[in-house]
Amino acid sequence: MSATASTQSSEGLGAYADVTASEASLRRFLHGLPGVDQVGAEARAAALGTRSIKTTAKAYALDLAISMVDLTTLEGQDTPGKVRALANKALRPDPSDPSCPSAAAVCVYGDLVGDVKEIVGDRVNVAAVATAFPSGRAALDVKLADTRDAVEAGADEIDMVIDRGAFLAGHYLQVFEEIVAVKEACRRPDGSHAHLKVIFETGELQTYDNVRRASWLAMLAGSDFIKTSTGKVQPAATLPVTLVMLEAVRDFREATGVQIGVKPAGGIRTAKDAIKYLVMVNEITGPDWLTPDWFRFGASTLLNDLLMQRTKMATGRYSGPDYFTLD
Amino acid sequence: MVSTGTTTGSPIFDYAPAPESRAIVDIKPSYGLFIDGEFVDGHGHSFKTINPATEETLAEVAEADEADVDRAVKAARRAFRGWSRMPGKERAKYLYRIARIIQERSRELAVLESIDNGKPIKESRDVDVPIMAAHFFYHAGWADKLEYAGLGPNPQPLGVAAQVIPWNFPLLMLAWKIAPALACGNTVVLKPAETTPLTALLFAEICQQADLPPGVVNFVTGAGDTGQTLVSHPDVDKVAFTGSTAVGKAIARSIAGTDKKATLELGGKAANIVFDDAPIDQAIEGIVSGIFFNQGHVCCAGSRLLLQESIAEEAMAKLKRRMSTLRVGDPLDKNTDIGAINSAAQLARIRALAEIGEDEGAERWSPPCELPSSGYWFPPTVFTGVSQAHRIAREEIFGPVLSVLTFRTPAEAVEKANNTPYGLSAGVWTDKGSRILFMADKLRAGVVWANTFNKFDPASPFGGYKESGYGREGGRQGLAGYLKAGA
Repeated sequence: MSATASTQSSEGLGAYADVTASEASLRRFLHGLPGVDQVGAEARAAALGTRSIKTTAKAYALDLAISMVDLTTLEGQDTPGKVRALANKALRPDPSDPSCPSAAAVCVYGDLVGDVKEIVGDRVNVAAVATAFPSGRAALDVKLADTRDAVEAGADEIDMVIDRGAFLAGHYLQVFEEIVAVKEACRRPDGSHAHLKVIFETGELQTYDNVRRASWLAMLAGSDFIKTSTGKVQPAATLPVTLVMLEAVRDFREATGVQIGVKPAGGIRTAKDAIKYLVMVNEITGPDWLTPDWFRFGASTLLNDLLMQRTKMATGRYSGPDYFTLD
Repeated sequence: MVSTGTTTGSPIFDYAPAPESRAIVDIKPSYGLFIDGEFVDGHGHSFKTINPATEETLAEVAEADEADVDRAVKAARRAFRGWSRMPGKERAKYLYRIARIIQERSRELAVLESIDNGKPIKESRDVDVPIMAAHFFYHAGWADKLEYAGLGPNPQPLGVAAQVIPWNFPLLMLAWKIAPALACGNTVVLKPAETTPLTALLFAEICQQADLPPGVVNFVTGAGDTGQTLVSHPDVDKVAFTGSTAVGKAIARSIAGTDKKATLELGGKAANIVFDDAPIDQAIEGIVSGIFFNQGHVCCAGSRLLLQESIAEEAMAKLKRRMSTLRVGDPLDKNTDIGAINSAAQLARIRALAEIGEDEGAERWSPPCELPSSGYWFPPTVFTGVSQAHRIAREEIFGPVLSVLTFRTPAEAVEKANNTPYGLSAGVWTDKGSRILFMADKLRAGVVWANTFNKFDPASPFGGYKESGYGREGGRQGLAGYLKAGA
């Protein structure tokens, strides 16, 4: 998927080298971004939520949403057996219907990457959370070791958390340099690197201004995706937060020519909600982002509701939860 | 400009049609007048009302002549005796009942409004009808508290109110007029606009359903002549008009020298002012809703965009991209953003002014958009390179046409914003609170919105300066138009 350069003069990331040269310049840049009016952003998100997606459009959206799910389990009680079951589910979400797309990835803790990889091989990506997930409270070298471990175990994607404490204290350069270092730790011996998703934990950043600043900071630091939440803090993903992040990746591509993906995670449980997100992607960034390469849902229960709605579209009736697999 | 998805070959997320069912409304082949609690035939010729999205004839509607208007005013006068003496809390019960019936029948009202007017169902459903109900609820609350309206201990109603409303918000304007009049103890003869009479006649049914005493609300349908006859009727005590400045002036002339009180809510050419520190994405939304809401058929529309020069280029790129996502078409489709132009005459006016804009040298732009083959349609349009001397910067177009001007300093923004014969509304976009207060203080407009636009609430007074009219509607101030100090 090529990132099509936009019409505005894009000088690439190089033009932003000065921005990240010092704490002061980075702060000036982030604080110079246009503000976000909370009431207006929430009203826009709510208005997009009233789009009525029916029949063929709904069928398209349901399949697209299934193919964008990062099927996730991030519990202390996760076992190799549990994540293998989840991996099978990601491969064949609806075992009775081969036309049903696979999920995009399975998202687990780093120590379970191997167990998932065994099942999915290269057919579905394996994402690992790293960097002292979910709080991010550890020394940098611990975070980097955590990342390297997951990459060595075969993770295709790394979901890191930013140091929210540092961000809220205004130590933007520290957050920036940490992302740069983690990105470096994602590098494999063959020179390729695991896809890096940067989690902001927007429920802790609180303001939309902060979400916009964190988005630009992470994009400048080389993240491949920006992600709302760990799922461990409420509120997790919301439509307005995702709106602000989508505006950021849209503007970033216009400015630099570089396309960045977006992943709302946590709290998206129904097909109806998922479709609202897809409408938002369609109307804010445009359809270039409407693929699993550029938009993901971090979710677990969402998948079964998508399957239930998909079956309903096909058969005209709802089936009970026992007709969909548990994992 | 906008990424259409074709470059990457990814399938386009194409929204399937999602039409609201029109089965809920029952449009009769012909309608009479509503006088003294009953539907009666008119004496004048009947006229047709059409669906502007398809040009199909919806119904024949009676035209009220002088005798009909006289009958309606007499009915209102008779009803005034009982209605004005009824305790406020009893009048309130009727208003609450009407408000609840509006909510119960909201889908029916919204669908009929969209069919007769051409506005998107999402607006009639989410804006017009809910705010209409809110006005009745709000004024129901005032009915037994009029002594706190600021007009002394025992304020009295004026009598019979002659009300003439426009076609852009038929139900909402009806509510703005009828709710305060009734709460204050007046009775009403209202003339809906010639092109949009149907929802007023549906509201007449709601009055019957609410057991409103006969004659308290009367509807006379017709065109300009009917309206002129109504406001000139000698037994009318109050004239309330919303519409064009030209007609407003004619009304003011015709009632000059009489005891009639008047409230006139007329045209506008609002400035929507965007400073370089504005929350830009929300400002773009505000610009779009400011001018494209209701096809720009809004007297307080933000039809003059004043952009600070330092961000003009960037803002225009964003605005054009956003305009490319607007969905123009079937008003009953739930995903439609911009519906049909209300009438052939209005479409002709918009076209004429847009052509004048081009002739005068402004640069015209519309996103690529396919318009339906029948009905009255005009694409969302923006003119750049507009100066104060252009007619499209001075005259009210009353359509989806935005004129863009630039400014350098706050003082220049104020000067340009105020340099208009109108003064109904204005918008200010900035993250700086002190600048909002500075601008609100300097702008000569009845409403100044800060970091938002086109927000209406029954508790907030609405009205204009200069050629935008006089008097206020809504809030405590709005009650003053329907009350006099008690003896």
